[in-house]
Amino acid sequence: MFELLFFSLLNGVVTGLLLFMLASGLTLIFSMMGVLNFAHASFYMLGAYFAYTISTYVGFWPGLILAPILVGLVGAVVERYGLRHVHRWGHVAELIFTFGLAFLIEEVVQFIWGKDTKAYQEPEVLQFALFNFFGQDFPAYKAFMLLISISIFVVLLLILTKSRIGLIIQAAITHPNMTAMLGHNVPLVFMGVFGVGAALAGVAGVIAGPALGTFPGMAVVLGPIVFVIVVVGGLGSLVGAFVASLLIGLLQTFAIALDYSVNDLLMLFNITTDADSALRDLWTLSLPQIAPLLPYLLLVLILIFRPTGLFGKRET
Amino acid sequence: MTIKSTFVAGAVFATMSAFSVQAADVVKIGFIDPLSGPFASTGTNGLAQYQFAAEELVNKKGGILDGVKFEIVPYDNKISPKESLVQLKRAIGEDVHYIVQGNSSGVANALTDAIKKHNRRNPDSRVLFLNYSAVDPALTNEKCNYWHFRFDANADIKMNALTEVIKVRDDIKKVYLIGQDYSFGKAVAKAAVTFLKQKRPDITIVGNELHPIGKVKDFTPYATKIRASGADAVITGNWGADMVGLGKAIGDTGLDIPIYTYYAANDGITKTIGEGGKDKIRLVHEGPVNPPSTPEYSAYHTAFKAKFPEKDVSQFRIANVIGMLAAAMEKAGSTKPIDVAAQLEGMEFTTLHGENVVMRAEDHQLIQPIHVSVHTNEGITFDSDNSGYGMKTEMSVAAADTALPTTCKMKRPK
Repeated sequence: MFELLFFSLLNGVVTGLLLFMLASGLTLIFSMMGVLNFAHASFYMLGAYFAYTISTYVGFWPGLILAPILVGLVGAVVERYGLRHVHRWGHVAELIFTFGLAFLIEEVVQFIWGKDTKAYQEPEVLQFALFNFFGQDFPAYKAFMLLISISIFVVLLLILTKSRIGLIIQAAITHPNMTAMLGHNVPLVFMGVFGVGAALAGVAGVIAGPALGTFPGMAVVLGPIVFVIVVVGGLGSLVGAFVASLLIGLLQTFAIALDYSVNDLLMLFNITTDADSALRDLWTLSLPQIAPLLPYLLLVLILIFRPTGLFGKRET
Repeated sequence: MTIKSTFVAGAVFATMSAFSVQAADVVKIGFIDPLSGPFASTGTNGLAQYQFAAEELVNKKGGILDGVKFEIVPYDNKISPKESLVQLKRAIGEDVHYIVQGNSSGVANALTDAIKKHNRRNPDSRVLFLNYSAVDPALTNEKCNYWHFRFDANADIKMNALTEVIKVRDDIKKVYLIGQDYSFGKAVAKAAVTFLKQKRPDITIVGNELHPIGKVKDFTPYATKIRASGADAVITGNWGADMVGLGKAIGDTGLDIPIYTYYAANDGITKTIGEGGKDKIRLVHEGPVNPPSTPEYSAYHTAFKAKFPEKDVSQFRIANVIGMLAAAMEKAGSTKPIDVAAQLEGMEFTTLHGENVVMRAEDHQLIQPIHVSVHTNEGITFDSDNSGYGMKTEMSVAAADTALPTTCKMKRPK
């Protein structure tokens, strides 16, 4: 049991931090521009595919640097020449624009790279077990993923709280018009944040591609969960996104690991259930079965009881 | 007015006769499977194999019955049963009398019902349904019908063969079942529980888990659970990205136990699993690829790779569909579905692998030898995904030993 808990904790943190890399960009974009960017997870997918192609020529490490830069450029171009024009027609138009963009990117990816899963592999230096605990390996690559995500969190936090750019971004989040009046180029800030947000999603893709698979459905699998994190953590709050990512990561991992059913819960209260009853499907419902549903349940509860999210200052 | 309608009638007659001439020279085979959307890669690979089989096994040899050629007509069903019925109507309208389909038993169930109805109402333009991959046991049991023929072993037969292999492995004491949460995943789990209980009552099933299909982003928590359960073997019906994710995650935990699968090869899966799955992943399938069986098959495989270097002969049964259809037409001396069906029923056939198979008359289920192969890069002549890795046959179960009783009560046309 201890083995299961220990590894679930590790896995949960790895998943959570990976989600954070996506959520950090999304929450900044969402809070600054009011755009619910449906295409955000598509940038994550682009990161993985770019890195895959680069890795076939020059290996994994150049891909880790180049792919996010490319994705960031794509993101900046999308903001500059797409979103900024659509912005005129209001938030609904922007929403539909990013929605369409997500489909477009998925189709383009399938067109260029095909529909098969790509053999994008971890670099060989990281293909070993970092440690062995109760006979179970912990891959070094997972530790590398942890390291990258934590460093990104620290760097982002420092930039946002300690640097001048961070101050302008924070100002633009809460008072975009006032910031523009003070002579700052708010559209440029928007473009930069969108680009950096896309690049962060790209980094997530680069390091998640080898571990979670590089295939055309990878954006769809991860997309909705990132929105949950942004709402749960609170708009524009990097710390909120961090905490919510870890929360969701751990919630999902532990829900799969722990085999408890409704029956066990009722047993706690000394209620016995009838195995032949018409409701037996409900009683045999186990935690792993409802695991995928839990984050969305959390989303609904948060929206009802704390609409600002855990750390947000503004209502969603 | 009368002159005009005579003209029209004449024109119609002329067109019709033109069509019937063409119809006599070409047998159109309608391929209804996903050619777009998430499962398109399986569909397009299947289509390529059909086109190749028709060309290589029939058309190149001058056709059948003095020059009748096969033509594969693709119809995209987007893996939706509803869309499949629309495409079936279209195919029938385009004078197609042979339908091949394989991906998703949901689609196959819809097609077999629709074709049964169509044939009852239109005895003049009957259609045969040649199912090459949909493995829901119901299709040849309670839902069986005369116009449906299945060329793949159904899920129960495959599990029967798989458990034959587990039966002789005394080191396996604990088995973990994991699958996708839908009809096929459940059917696999149910069959595994039944057969293991029969053949190895001493085995404990330490986990019987279903996960959402196509929605799991990371299989590591499942792998951790499997590891913690102390399982000696895993059985899964997973396919596509779910298979890759599971295989990789189990490999990452350093767990060295056999993983028995239905679909863990080709379409990018073999290449992605690569070294991590070596000597672990096992596949139950028909048609032994490595070591090469016969010179005939080797020639077929080599010619296919020359034409489609990026694809694989991932579904060997497709060659059997085309081969047996051609043989049945030759025997019947006709390309009419009713004559061909009568020949296919109970037909004995020797495949390119030199294996003898029989289309069981009771339920139209092909009874064929089943093989269990291991994912490796040693002793591989024909690899998958051009990766150097491929499937090497470890054990074979003779055709007769795979046969399971059927509950089919077939109504035959008079």
